[in-house]
Amino acid sequence: MSWEVVIGLEVHCQLNTDTKAFCGCSTQFGAEPNTQTCPVCLGMPGQLPVLNTVAVDKTILTGLAINAHINLESKFDRKNYFYPDLPKGYQISQFAVPIVEGGYIDIPTKDGGEKRLGVTRIHMEEDAGKSMHEGLDAVSHIDLNRSGVPLMEIVSEPDMRSADEAIAYLKQLHQLIRFLGVSGADMEKGQFRCDANISVRRPGEPFGTRTEMKNMNSFRFIKQAIEFEVLRQIEIIEDGGEVVQESRLWDSVKSESRSMRSKEEAHDYRYFPEPDLPPLRVSQQEVDAIRAGMPELPGQLRKRFETEYGLSSYDADVLTQTLEVAAWYESLVAAHPADPKRCANWMANELLGRLNEAGKDLSESPVSAARLAELLDRIGDNSVSGKAAKDVLDAMMESDDSADAIIEAKGLKQVSDSGAIDAIIKEVMDANPAQVEGYRGGKDKLMGFFVGQVMKASRGTANPGMVNQRLKELLKG
Amino acid sequence: MDIDVKKVAMLSRIRLTEEEAAELGPQLSSIIGYVEQLSKIDTDGVAPTAHPHDAAMPLRANVVTNTNRRDELQACAPKTESGLYVVPKVIE
Repeated sequence: MSWEVVIGLEVHCQLNTDTKAFCGCSTQFGAEPNTQTCPVCLGMPGQLPVLNTVAVDKTILTGLAINAHINLESKFDRKNYFYPDLPKGYQISQFAVPIVEGGYIDIPTKDGGEKRLGVTRIHMEEDAGKSMHEGLDAVSHIDLNRSGVPLMEIVSEPDMRSADEAIAYLKQLHQLIRFLGVSGADMEKGQFRCDANISVRRPGEPFGTRTEMKNMNSFRFIKQAIEFEVLRQIEIIEDGGEVVQESRLWDSVKSESRSMRSKEEAHDYRYFPEPDLPPLRVSQQEVDAIRAGMPELPGQLRKRFETEYGLSSYDADVLTQTLEVAAWYESLVAAHPADPKRCANWMANELLGRLNEAGKDLSESPVSAARLAELLDRIGDNSVSGKAAKDVLDAMMESDDSADAIIEAKGLKQVSDSGAIDAIIKEVMDANPAQVEGYRGGKDKLMGFFVGQVMKASRGTANPGMVNQRLKELLKG
Repeated sequence: MDIDVKKVAMLSRIRLTEEEAAELGPQLSSIIGYVEQLSKIDTDGVAPTAHPHDAAMPLRANVVTNTNRRDELQACAPKTESGLYVVPKVIE
C-alpha cells in the first residue's frame, strides 16, 4: 500500500522597509555589527514599540494578492522564549488575531492544470538578531542589527502532497513577493526562509504525526530535506515504530536532518496579549487604496503576454520570471514591434541562454534591447538568415559593434537576389549531372541534397526559402 | 489549580532552591485560583478586551531616526568584542 505525504509550509519573509518594525533603526543589510540598534530593539526597560506604517501596508498588499481576508482590527501578542539574540525575552508577533486570514496560491500541475493551495494566515512579527558560533570556543557572538526587522510569516494549509508541490508553492510565492516589491526575498540573505511541517499517512486516513524541518535556505535544500524526512518517517512506521513530534534541523552539508531536542522543552511560548500595543485598526478605505495600487501580478502578466504577443505558455512563463526580465522583453518588443514572437524566441533561447552560460545576469547583458532589436530587424527584412544571426549575436556579445557592421564584416549578408541564387544553382547542377538526372527521374528526395549543396556553395548566406523555390523551378528543366 | 513551579521557573530562567519551590508552588496556585473566579462570569455577547485603553495603535513613519550609538549602548553589556556581544556558547 502506498503512502501519502502531507506538507504545510511556514515562510518567514523580511519586509523591505527602510526602518525596523517598532523603532526608527535602519534595516540596511551588511552594516557593521550592532550599529543599527537602539534601546527599543535592544529590549532596554521602559521602551515602547511603535509600529511601522509601511510594514502594515506591505503585509496587507501581500494578503490582497493571495485573495485573502484583511482583518480591519488585528492584535499583537508576546511569544516568550529565551535566546541571546532575542534581547527582550519575547518576540512581538500576532497570535490570536492576525492581520491576514485565508487566501490561496495556485500552482501549475504536470497535466497542464492548476492546483489551489490554501494559505491559513499571514501575520506580522519582528525578526531576532543573529548568533555566530563558528570558530569560537566557549562563547557565541551576537549581532542585533536584525533584531526588530519586520517579518511577515505566511502559513499555508497542509495542502501539499509532494516535495515538488511544496517547491512549486514556494517558487510561486517567492515570485509574487518579488513582483509586489514587499521584500528583497533573497534567500541567501535570509530574507525568505522556510520551515516545513511534514507527515505521512495511508490515503484516506487522518493526518500522521508531523515533524517540523528547519534551516532550509534554498529551494534545492528544501526539496532534499522534505524527501529525506518523508523516507525517514515511512521507514520508522514500516519498522513498527512511531514518529515523534519534534523540530528537526536540516544539515545541508551532510544531507540529513537531526533532532533539535533542546528546543523541545522551550516550546512553551506562553503567548499573551502585548500590553504595549493597542489593537491595530485599518479602515476599509485604506485597504481599498492599497488594492488600487496593486502592480500587475505574475499570473496576469503571463496571460497578457500570451494574448497580447501571441506567446506560447512556455515562453510567457520564462519571460515573466522576474519584473526585470518582463520589462526587458517589453522594451525589446517596443524596439522590434514587427514580430513579438521572434523577440521572445531570441530573448528566451538565444540571449538568456548565452548570458546563463557566461554566468551573467540580464542587467549585465552586453547586448541591450535596442541592439538586439537591430539584429531582429535584419532577420525580418531577410538581410541575414536565422542561422547566421546566431553567429552575429555571438560576436555582439563580445563587442560593441552594431549588428549591421558585424554582418558586413563577416560577409553574412543573406543573398535574396534571385539572379545571384540562380547562378549558384546552375553551378551546382552543372557539377552534379547524375543527381539532376535522378531527380528528374522521380527521386524527389534528392531535393535535400541540392539545398545542402547550394547553401554550402553560398557559405550559408543564400536565403533558404528562395533557394527552395528557385531549385524546384530550375530542376524541372 | 496546581502549578508546576519548576517548569515555570525553567521557562522564565529563574533558579529556585527546593525550599523556594516548595514555598512558591502553593502561593502561585492560590493566586491563579483567585484569578480563576473570573472564568465564572458570563461573558456571552461581550467583545473581548484587547487592551484596557480603547485606543487604536498609532503608527510610525518609515523613516530612519536613529543613528549609530553602539559604544554608548554597549557600555552596559558585560562583554563585547569587535562590536559584537559576547555570550556563553549557545548552539544546537
